[in-house]
Parts: sequence; structure tokens; C-alpha cells
Amino acid sequence: MRTDLIIVIPEITLLTMACLVLLVDAFSKDPLHKITYWVTQLSLLLTLCALFYYSPDYSYIAFNGGFITDTMSVLLKGFICAITIIVFFYSYEYLKENELLKGEYFVLGLFAVLGMMIMTSAYHLLSIYLGLELLSLSLYAMVAMQRESTFATEAAIKYFVLGALASGMLLYGISMIYGVTGSLQLTEITEAINSGVVDRMYLVYGMVFLIVGIAFKLGAAPFHMWVPDVYQGAPTSVTLFISSAPKLAGFAMAVRILVDGLFPLVDDWQAILSVLAVLSMAIGNIIAIAQTNIKRMLAYSTIAHVGYLFLGLIAGTASGFAGSMFYIISYALMSMGTFGMIILLGRYDLEAEKLDDFKGLSIRNSWFAFIMLCLMFSMAGVPPFLGFWSKWFVLKELVASGFIELAVVAVFFSIIGVYYYLRIIKLMYFDQPDTMSAIKASQQMRAVLTINGLLILLIGLAPNSLMRICLTAFSG
Amino acid sequence: MITLPEVLLLATLLFCISVAGIFLNRKNVLILLMCIELMLLSVNINFIAFSHFLGDIHGQVFVFFILTVAAAESAIGLAILVVMFRNRDTINVGELDSMKG
Repeated sequence: MRTDLIIVIPEITLLTMACLVLLVDAFSKDPLHKITYWVTQLSLLLTLCALFYYSPDYSYIAFNGGFITDTMSVLLKGFICAITIIVFFYSYEYLKENELLKGEYFVLGLFAVLGMMIMTSAYHLLSIYLGLELLSLSLYAMVAMQRESTFATEAAIKYFVLGALASGMLLYGISMIYGVTGSLQLTEITEAINSGVVDRMYLVYGMVFLIVGIAFKLGAAPFHMWVPDVYQGAPTSVTLFISSAPKLAGFAMAVRILVDGLFPLVDDWQAILSVLAVLSMAIGNIIAIAQTNIKRMLAYSTIAHVGYLFLGLIAGTASGFAGSMFYIISYALMSMGTFGMIILLGRYDLEAEKLDDFKGLSIRNSWFAFIMLCLMFSMAGVPPFLGFWSKWFVLKELVASGFIELAVVAVFFSIIGVYYYLRIIKLMYFDQPDTMSAIKASQQMRAVLTINGLLILLIGLAPNSLMRICLTAFSG
Repeated sequence: MITLPEVLLLATLLFCISVAGIFLNRKNVLILLMCIELMLLSVNINFIAFSHFLGDIHGQVFVFFILTVAAAESAIGLAILVVMFRNRDTINVGELDSMKG
């Protein structure tokens, strides 16, 4: 029991600090919420420290099988906290500039991070569900935070209804799996399936609903309807948050359910995921071409990226899962940088939401045009940037597992996808700017965004360092 | 004596009604919230039925958690609904189309 509690010290730290942030904000009169912001960042740093100090280097299952600490969960939690620190940094600049600053933003963000951490460590369908709901409920409220905006409220209600529908589907799937195997704990479920006494048809029936729930939450086609509207309607800082860290948690949830729990059904879920992956890559890459709003375009690009994420899972091998993990981490880094760029270019009452706002950026500010160039090349998958290697590892594992047709389809759609990323580069370098107004952003914002952009180039030059870390997560 | 397939059939019917309600309803967002509640409750019936017939308590514990989360969920849903009504003076689903592309 004592070890069980030590295992969850990072989560306990975060929960305590989130409550503390709520109190601090209630008593602070500062209109800029400086103390709230710094305590928030401090709590994430403390959680990171606790995470690496108290995590054992073996996997340990605590709380009667409800919670697991293994290399994958520690790594993903570390990345989630680190990414959220940068996200909050960008968000603070954005909220300050747009007069949306409220302490609740950070409190809700911290609770969302807690939800993500529970999701990554959950080893029981109940804890998976609770972690997911903690994350989702915080995100619904964050999207609706810009109360005067009709777009934000419309996005929030769409996100809420479709998210609740997804939870319902997931729960229905959980109930069927529970009914068939008689257990909610993932190892017991695997044992029950392997014992061969359960009816495979009912299992697959339940699993389909689970996959629908996962696909909804990750935003894979054909369950992607909410993604474009939420990305466009939500304040940019919230879009930035939704598109980065929660994707890691969604990946962890998919791995826990499909790999740790339902691995005996691998043939069945490979087939379903293949359909979802092809649809996501097709719909995401093709519809993105028609967009004029960059946030909406990035939403479709997310859908396409989720398709590629599934490819690694379809490969069904440890190195394939590691490839997917590499993919989702690099995707989070890239999307954070791109939304950071939108925040950097935006000013009060004038968001850089249109593709035309990027016209002639190289004349206005050549350095940030270069950073954006790195980000776009990386998203498109041009070597030697990070995005190329993430696609490379996933496709390599897919071919090694014998899914050659699927790999060909994936390459085909990624070539289509290159078009709309390169269009932004064309706008930046070959068009005349509509306005010559200087970029009004703080020095810190410029510095962090530069580091973010260069990180993508640097990891791209030495991709094996990150890949080796990802491989350790699945080598056990 | 009620058998397990009968209860499961009831739950599935309720689940289908709620999903159909979400997709067919073009008038009122409140009805969407009701459909979501119905959906969670139909899942609860499933859990309780399995729990009873398997003789395993975990399903019933799960139901308590679902009920609690559903309460929190509808609180947030109604809050968003109020904000939306203030902005637009309508809660008509058909008018939720300001974003396109």
C-alpha cells in the first residue's frame, strides 16, 4: 500500500498544486494574474521532478490493478508536463494580449493535465474512463472560456455534444467487454480472452465501440466532425493546448486498451484501424487544400496526422508502437510551434487566422519566416526535419509487418498533403505583404518560439536519440 | 424471470434511441443533452445487468462513477448552453452553422 502511494506522488503533487492555484487566484487581485501563472508553471515543474524522482525503473501495478507505472507512462507523462509548460507560456502571452486572462484557464489546464496523467497510467477501464472525463470536461470549459464570442460558444457546444457521444460509445464498449470477460482490469481481460471460453463475436462487438470512442477523442475520420469547428472557434491558446498534449494521452489510451488489453484480438483491430487510417489521411489531406483559415487547415492536417499515428499501431510490433509514439511526440512539438507562430503574428483584435496573414512574412521578419518554414517542411515530411523521420519510422515498421499496400496509400496521401504546407511557404516567400506593421511580441515569446522551431530541426538531424527513448517504452 | 438477453435488448434499444435522437434532432440543444443522459443511463442498465448475472460487484461500482460524471457533464453542458443563449438568443441546433469550410 505504501509503494502504491509513492507511485502516484506525481499525480498527488499536481492535484494539490492545482487546488493551491485555485486558492491563490481567488485571493490575488492582480489583473495580470502573474502569481497564478508562476505557481502554475511551478506546479508543472514540481510534477516533472516528482515524476523522475519517484518513478521506479521497472513496471509496477498499483491499486489492485487500477494503475500502472512503466517506462511508457513515465516518458509520456514527462512529455505531457514539458509540453504543457510551453503551451502555458504561449497561452499567457496570448491571453494577456487579447484581454482574456482568467485564473481559471490555468486551473482547468492543470486538471486537464491530471486527467492526461491518469489516462497514461490507467490499467483498468474505470480509471481510463475517469481520466478521459477529467480531461474532456476541463477542455469543454476551456473552449467556452471566451464567453462573448459566438464562435467559441458554438465550438464548445459542438465539442461537448460530440465528446459526450464519444464517451457514451466508449462506455457501451466497456460494458460489453465487461459482460463478456467478467472483468474491467486490462491483464484480467487479456487472460480471459486467451483462456478461449469467451465468445469472440461479442468481444469484437464491444471492441468496435471502444475503437469508435478512441477515434472520436483523437479526431480520426469518419469521427472528425468536431475537429475543424473546435480548432477554428476556440481561442488560439486553447486550440494550441487541445492539439498538443491531449494527443499524447489519447495515444496512451489507445495503446492501453488495444495493446495491453485487447492484444489477442490484434487481427480484428488492425483491420478496423486500417480503414480509419486511410479515411483520415484521405479526408484530412484533401479537404485541407480548400481551407483559407489556417486554424481550420491545421485541424484537417491533425486529422491526417492521426491517420499516420494509427499506421504504427497497425504494424502491431513493439517497434511499430514506438514509431507511433515518436510520431505523436513530434506532432505535438510541431503543432505547438505552428500555433505559437499564429499567436506571435496576432495582435489585439486582429488574429493572424487567415492564410493571407502570412503573405510576405519573409519581408516583414525573415527570421520567423524561416522558423515557420522549418515547421511547415516538418509537417509536410521533408527531410531532414523531424516530421520526415516520424513518417519514416512509422512507414518502415508498417512495411516490415507486411502492410505494403497501406504504406503506398499513406505515401500517396502525404504527397497530396505537401501541397497545402508548401502553399504557406510560397505565401511567405514569394508574395508581397498586405501590411508592413512590425511583429509585436515580447522577447521571451520570440526566444521560446525560436527554440521550439530549432528543436524540430535539431531532433530531425539526430532522430535516433528520440527514437531510442521511444523504443525503451515498449521493450519491456 | 427476466433473462440477460432481455435486459441487454432493452439497453441496446435505449442506446439506439439516444444516438438517433442526437443525429435526427434539428431543433433544440436541450434535447441533445437529454439524449446524452439517456445514452449514459442505457449503458448503466447494461452494467447492472452484467453485474447481476455475473455475480460481480465491479459493474455496479462503475455505475456510480458514471452517474457522478454524468452529473458533472450535464452541469458543464448546461453552462455552455446558457452562454450560447446569451450570445445568440436561440438554442436552435440548425443555427449552429457559423463556421464552414
